[in-house]
Amino acid sequence: MLDIRDLSVSFTSYSFGLKRMEVCVVRGLDLSIAPGQIMAVIGQSGAGKSLLAHALLGILPRNARVEGQMSFKGKPLTPYRLSALRGREIALIPQSVTALNPLLRVGGQVTRAALLSGISKKEAPATVRQAFVRYLLPKGVAAWFPRQLSGGMARRVLTATATVGMADLIIADEPTNGLDPITARESLGHLRELADTGKAVLLITHDIEAALQVADMVTVFHAGATVEVARAEDFKEPGNLRHPYTKALWNALPANNFVGTMKPIARASNADGCPLQFCCNDQDSVCGQSVPMLKRSGAGWVRCHHA
Amino acid sequence: MNNQSTHQGIAGFLLLKMLRLLLLVAAVATLSFVLVSSSPVDPVDAYVGAAMLKVSPEQHEIIAHHWGLDKPPAERFFSWARQIASGDFGVSTIFNEPVLSVICKRFVTSFWLMALAWSISGAIGFGLGMSAGAWEDTLLDRAIRLYAYTMASTPIFWVGMLMLMTFSVSLGWTPVCCAWPLGLSAEQATFWQRLHHLLLPAITLSLTGIAQITLHTREKTIAALRSDYAVFAHAQGETTAGIVFRRALRNVALPAVTLQFASLGELFGGAVLAEQVFAYPGLGRTTVEAGIRGDIPLLLGIVLFSTIFVFTGNFMADLIYQLVDPRIQKTAGGASP
Repeated sequence: MLDIRDLSVSFTSYSFGLKRMEVCVVRGLDLSIAPGQIMAVIGQSGAGKSLLAHALLGILPRNARVEGQMSFKGKPLTPYRLSALRGREIALIPQSVTALNPLLRVGGQVTRAALLSGISKKEAPATVRQAFVRYLLPKGVAAWFPRQLSGGMARRVLTATATVGMADLIIADEPTNGLDPITARESLGHLRELADTGKAVLLITHDIEAALQVADMVTVFHAGATVEVARAEDFKEPGNLRHPYTKALWNALPANNFVGTMKPIARASNADGCPLQFCCNDQDSVCGQSVPMLKRSGAGWVRCHHA
Repeated sequence: MNNQSTHQGIAGFLLLKMLRLLLLVAAVATLSFVLVSSSPVDPVDAYVGAAMLKVSPEQHEIIAHHWGLDKPPAERFFSWARQIASGDFGVSTIFNEPVLSVICKRFVTSFWLMALAWSISGAIGFGLGMSAGAWEDTLLDRAIRLYAYTMASTPIFWVGMLMLMTFSVSLGWTPVCCAWPLGLSAEQATFWQRLHHLLLPAITLSLTGIAQITLHTREKTIAALRSDYAVFAHAQGETTAGIVFRRALRNVALPAVTLQFASLGELFGGAVLAEQVFAYPGLGRTTVEAGIRGDIPLLLGIVLFSTIFVFTGNFMADLIYQLVDPRIQKTAGGASP
């Protein structure tokens, strides 16, 4: 459904008004996702996760530059094609209820999303009603303002807004952020349901445990680059994991006693070589020389000189 | 939404505002009385006017005694305040008419000027601000900003003089003075004649008024476009124009309406200058006359009137927020489903 090769996102900014600076935030990102699949993209805060979501939707700020190949349903994803697809075939489930306008009624906002996704004016009310029923939202909620929604309800409204149209690719940005375990599980369950109806779901999160509950595949994302692509079941047995960073992540999970096996990342590496060369335990002279390529490894992919 | 508690909230709000108005009027009355009593204007001289030389010091004293001017200031203040409270604002010395009826007549003339200028500046300023904000940093935005900054730093009387020179003197499209043709009374003038006289002062007054509302709306629009809900709307396929004019309209309009009502004070100040330049017989021009010719009852009456006028503007802004903004109903009514 979606295939991304070597995506990079950089921002130009002007320091002191005159000096032009280019900051590369995402580079060498590879990702692919098939229909009916949940692909989890895991990365720590600041790894560029939300930027990935925005780049996929073509809604980055004007000073951003995106490079690399993206294709959707077999055809290249140009900015022009993107602007026609977003909202119709690619939909976003945003992070928090602040994504709803506080001054407009919930029902109106969902209806507007339905109209934008290509549903006709005549059919929109019925479609919106169905979406409300699907996500167990009482009828009266349509007349509420976003501030009246509870946390779980807000999530369901956001999910309803994104799925009211017939989008085939759903991007969920931190769907469990700030939710209690029960609501979080419900929210993830909705993503699973969507995938089971044949949609592709991209689950962007920092919460590995939550992601592993529902995901089929996991892309581990670090410093703007894909370091490993693994099947979700690979995480059950740490020996199956390929990359030192992924292994360190696994060891640091609460279930595995929070063992920190990797040195904290002292500085981001903009130099040549592997981005993790300063904190990795397995590093040697090769790591500082070139950026490792992403290579096939069993059912997954890995970007490491030593894997 | 629990209606009863919302009504209680509104009632409490009105009561509080009324109390505030009373306190404000009392404070303004005291202050302006102190200022007037310590000013060099002698009420008797001002009243007698040109006949001053014919009045002997003894006669002067008799009049002063008759008016109670020889009593201590505190006593004078309370007797004045008592009369004001009972609705008696005294008689204007220059018009020889009760102060209230002068203010009413002049205010009606001013009202149309201010209402026209206020609506024009509100509507155009809001539109310009939204367009500038929606297409930030484009040529359109730069042009609108240039206009707004220029107008915000231009004195209104100077704009008025330029307008007069251009449209009334050179082009002859609009009359040079007054609110209706010379030689006619207010009742004899037709609606179109009055509008014709009103046009130039109103446009002048709104030209400068546009600046503030434009810049404010522009900022709010830019902030709205950077908000989370705008990003989500964009992700749904909404265009920039769609976000600004469909989604963010309410978020931008609410503070703009508040600002526009709160700017009634400046509008009044602007009207004083504009009326002076265009010799437009409204309340602003009357204020200047009352000041220059020492018409103290009229001056104090206008001070109190303008206090209430500006207060009403701010009150309207708050009231509209109470009625329209769903976020505020919560705190006012304490109602949640």
